[in-house]
Amino acid sequence: MEVRGSTVQPAEAIARNTLLVKVRSQLAQIPLLGWLFGTLTAMAIEQVAGRLLARALGLSGVPGLFGLRIMLTKPALIPSAVAYVLLVYALPTLIVARLSAPLANRLAKLLLDRFPLWVSLVVHLGLLYATLHLWGGTSAYRMLFLSFIFISIILTLSLNLVNGYMGEFSCSHPGFMAMGAYVASILTVLFFVQDDVFGAPLLPPALGPFLFPLALIGGGLVAAVGALLVAIPSFRTRGDYLAIISLAFLFIVKSVIENLEIIGGPRGLMNQPKWANLPTVFAWTAICVWTIYNFTRSTIGKAACAVRDDETAAGTMTINTRRTKMVTFLFAAFWAGVAGGLFAHVMGYINPGTFDVKKLSEVLAMVYLGGLNSVVGSIAGAFGIQLLMEVLRPLELFKWIVIPVLLIVLMILRPTGLIAFTEVNVEDLLKPRQKLEKGR
Amino acid sequence: MPLLQVNNMTHYFGGLRAVYNYQLEIDKGQLRGLIGPNGAGKTTIFNLITGIYQPTEGEILLESKNLVGLQPYDIAAMGVCRTFQNLRLWRHMTVFDHVRLARYSKLHYGLIGAFLGTARRHREEAESEKMAYELLEMLGISHYADEIVTNLPYGVQRKVEMARAVASEPNLLLLDEPTAGMNPEEMLEMMGVIRQIRDELGPAILLIEHRMKVAMELCETIQAIDFGELIAEGTPEEIRNNPRVIDAYLGKEEVT
Repeated sequence: MEVRGSTVQPAEAIARNTLLVKVRSQLAQIPLLGWLFGTLTAMAIEQVAGRLLARALGLSGVPGLFGLRIMLTKPALIPSAVAYVLLVYALPTLIVARLSAPLANRLAKLLLDRFPLWVSLVVHLGLLYATLHLWGGTSAYRMLFLSFIFISIILTLSLNLVNGYMGEFSCSHPGFMAMGAYVASILTVLFFVQDDVFGAPLLPPALGPFLFPLALIGGGLVAAVGALLVAIPSFRTRGDYLAIISLAFLFIVKSVIENLEIIGGPRGLMNQPKWANLPTVFAWTAICVWTIYNFTRSTIGKAACAVRDDETAAGTMTINTRRTKMVTFLFAAFWAGVAGGLFAHVMGYINPGTFDVKKLSEVLAMVYLGGLNSVVGSIAGAFGIQLLMEVLRPLELFKWIVIPVLLIVLMILRPTGLIAFTEVNVEDLLKPRQKLEKGR
Repeated sequence: MPLLQVNNMTHYFGGLRAVYNYQLEIDKGQLRGLIGPNGAGKTTIFNLITGIYQPTEGEILLESKNLVGLQPYDIAAMGVCRTFQNLRLWRHMTVFDHVRLARYSKLHYGLIGAFLGTARRHREEAESEKMAYELLEMLGISHYADEIVTNLPYGVQRKVEMARAVASEPNLLLLDEPTAGMNPEEMLEMMGVIRQIRDELGPAILLIEHRMKVAMELCETIQAIDFGELIAEGTPEEIRNNPRVIDAYLGKEEVT
């Protein structure tokens, strides 16, 4: 999924008839819809012929993560892995995307012109989901990987609201996540599961998957209440107070959970039904990205940026600074709570050790790698770090040397992160490309 | 009834008396000046009126409602807006966002609108954007609308701050040294802008000025303060010839 800005002019393309310009002008005609057609085809090809092709190339099976791990562990197989990626993913995507471009452009225009924006959005999301479903459907490992990416996206985006848009430094995100995870788990286990501690289910378990969203929202709301406790003392003044108080809050939440025997203490809480399957996680992520995207473009979201840049000026320009900060912080905590609830129901087991400073550093790395103040940046950051952590898993302990070093290098090269302070307009993303505009 | 009435306002910073027994009355549509040497307490008076500081004593009445104790954003929403001596723009934001955002108190679509993008939000924002654009047009900076403010020349930044201050349709506009750091050309332009705002939008204006020329030309009446105390009030002509003002600016002649 790429964002394309202004495209190469036809006149310029004739003047500089190089291969690169040609390729670029070809690619620039493809709308997002076309790319989705392409990836969908690639996944279908993998579904049908992936195993056969992998065997023919000498691989033991279909590569899990684009062959990246194979490349690290068995360098001799690098050509095979590259060939697999090219043949199964890259080429089919490119060819189908380019060939379907005229059709996709017309379709994209039709969708945007005839229907409200959300119809077009739903079509794109549906295609994206179909792609992921096909890709993830081939193994439980990929499924889990995708679920973690989506949960990370929710966490990263919501933390970016506080650390990026609002310019404060919050450390309590894993704490909010833990609150959401535990509350949602307690709700589902209490109401829908036969459990040693919580006893017989209070409601028929068949209702569970339908009422599951309520449990998640409940978790999110409790996390927001937790955020209120952090916000009241720390938003009186600006500066490092929030960082210190929120860090303290993280430790408090963790030790409270560790000392509550009824929810398992340090051993953790289990028996959660695994209701957070890929479509559920995907849908929640889509809702999260959509509401946060809306929020960042709304007056109150912009007001948060104004508070970040100059709180005094914001106050004298009629912006209710206290309300702005509260709303932003609580909203962010709500989504962290929802992410926690999803996490618990992906794993079917949680323990307080998961929600510690290591988790915090992971989420912070995602936010700062992706870039502050950018919805796309956060998505890229969450995806990037999650992928790195999976790909580098064969390095075992050395992973924790390689990832920080990579982060340091990135901070030197791009201090604000990959895609900072960039707004992408959804309509620009979905709209048809060049070719059609020329014909108009 | 005056628009703004300040009675016996006194403010201490610890043991330092910054403002003492300050009096002010402004009627609708007036253009008033406030002059005084460096450190006389002019900006402190602005900070007191806009709620950034709380006065130690005295009252500030806006259309007979007391402003003392209110938050800055409440006071601003009641119609008192200002600019700052050292520009205080939002450095990551575009010119257009500055002006649009200053209309915060005029938007009522609430949180549901912010999260979900309701029809009401789009209607209110479209209206706000239209007004913001008109304002930029009026000040002649609409072609900078999508620029990040920190990339703009100083004179334009000043205008952006001015546009932001009037965007919320204030009844009273406080301008803190609007021509500070400008060359003579930019200064003349800014004086034109101030007159234009007063004539077309009609707020009362209270203006801090360092340059006598600007204050004398623009203002109907001028107050002079020194060491936090009011030393003179009158027309520009009276102020120019007032011995206490001359003393304050040039220093008292030593009698030997």
